[in-house]
Amino acid sequence: MEPQSSPDRQASSAWTHDFGSPAGAGRGGAWAAVGAPALVLGASYVGFGAFVHQSGLTFFQGVASSITGWALPGQIALIEIFVAGGSLLAAAIAVGLANARLMPMVVTLLPILREGDAAPSPRLIHYLSAHFIALTGWAVAMQRCPDMNPRQRLPFFLGFTLVIWLSTVFCTALGFFLVEVLPPTVTLGLVFLNPLYFMLLFTIDIVRRDRRWALLIGVVLGPLLHMITPEWGLLITGLVGGSLAFLITQYDRQRNPGRGKS
Amino acid sequence: MTVSAWWFLLVGAIVTYGWRAAGVALSGRIDPNSALMRWVACVAYALLAGLIARLIVAPQGALGDTALWMRLSSAGVALLVYFIFRRSIVLGVTAGALWLMAVTTLAGG
Repeated sequence: MEPQSSPDRQASSAWTHDFGSPAGAGRGGAWAAVGAPALVLGASYVGFGAFVHQSGLTFFQGVASSITGWALPGQIALIEIFVAGGSLLAAAIAVGLANARLMPMVVTLLPILREGDAAPSPRLIHYLSAHFIALTGWAVAMQRCPDMNPRQRLPFFLGFTLVIWLSTVFCTALGFFLVEVLPPTVTLGLVFLNPLYFMLLFTIDIVRRDRRWALLIGVVLGPLLHMITPEWGLLITGLVGGSLAFLITQYDRQRNPGRGKS
Repeated sequence: MTVSAWWFLLVGAIVTYGWRAAGVALSGRIDPNSALMRWVACVAYALLAGLIARLIVAPQGALGDTALWMRLSSAGVALLVYFIFRRSIVLGVTAGALWLMAVTTLAGG
């Protein structure tokens, strides 16, 4: 399909991960997702499905959320604001802020996936693939794809992310159904999975000085502003708290430029 | 709640995909480590930290009917188990959720 690109002429041994062919890379990616990545994310989405049910949304709305708006924090924020009686505008801005980090993630990953591509600008396949860029698939692709033949990178990424995407859609449905068959106390535990999961994820990030202040200020402002204005509390937390954290971090970087990230 | 949840989902999908498409269009043209991108990351992390704190301290729905000490102790158990068992997120989350199920069952029964 593409003109001859230089990576193809290199010996296969130049790439430490070689699946033999693009199709093989797609299968390799799919197998890499089966197991821990699909299970951990699946559990989160079982929690999300239960959360959807508890929030009064329908089965199809929950599944549609995971199919179309795939990125868990934004999905949770959207439903939180809907249930709190917030406006569409408030929900749009909150999801926009929660998911804004997807943009720089795509910016960093796409050049790796497109390396050796002769076309000057991204093609349709890249715009379609971008829908599957979320935290888990991005982190794995950033780590593993640079070691692969460039022709195998996009197939690997798509194989990996399609498996975890489909499993999250399935788990959203599963979580929704479990609420109807399990005792209410067990349901509470399922709904609480995601707050606990993200709390622990953020605990890891507290040591990173580029994230520490945003997290600490957000934790304090979130509940406080929610009491003052349930509709706009999250937005103000993000904009005011995030900007404040950014200024502190900038000041810190200028004073201690050599201290690295932690 | 006069507007259907479907409109919220539609808007959420458009906004979310919009960022991804923008990333494709801008790749190779902007620096992901620029000050603007760092600000974007700070805003996202503050918002998400606020969201998580709110889901624990002041949740809506059935979780809101549980006592605050139950949710806080569940978070405490999750943190404790996470640190004891060599930073295992799976064990921490499982322990916290089981704890919440246990205390709500005991308090309810």
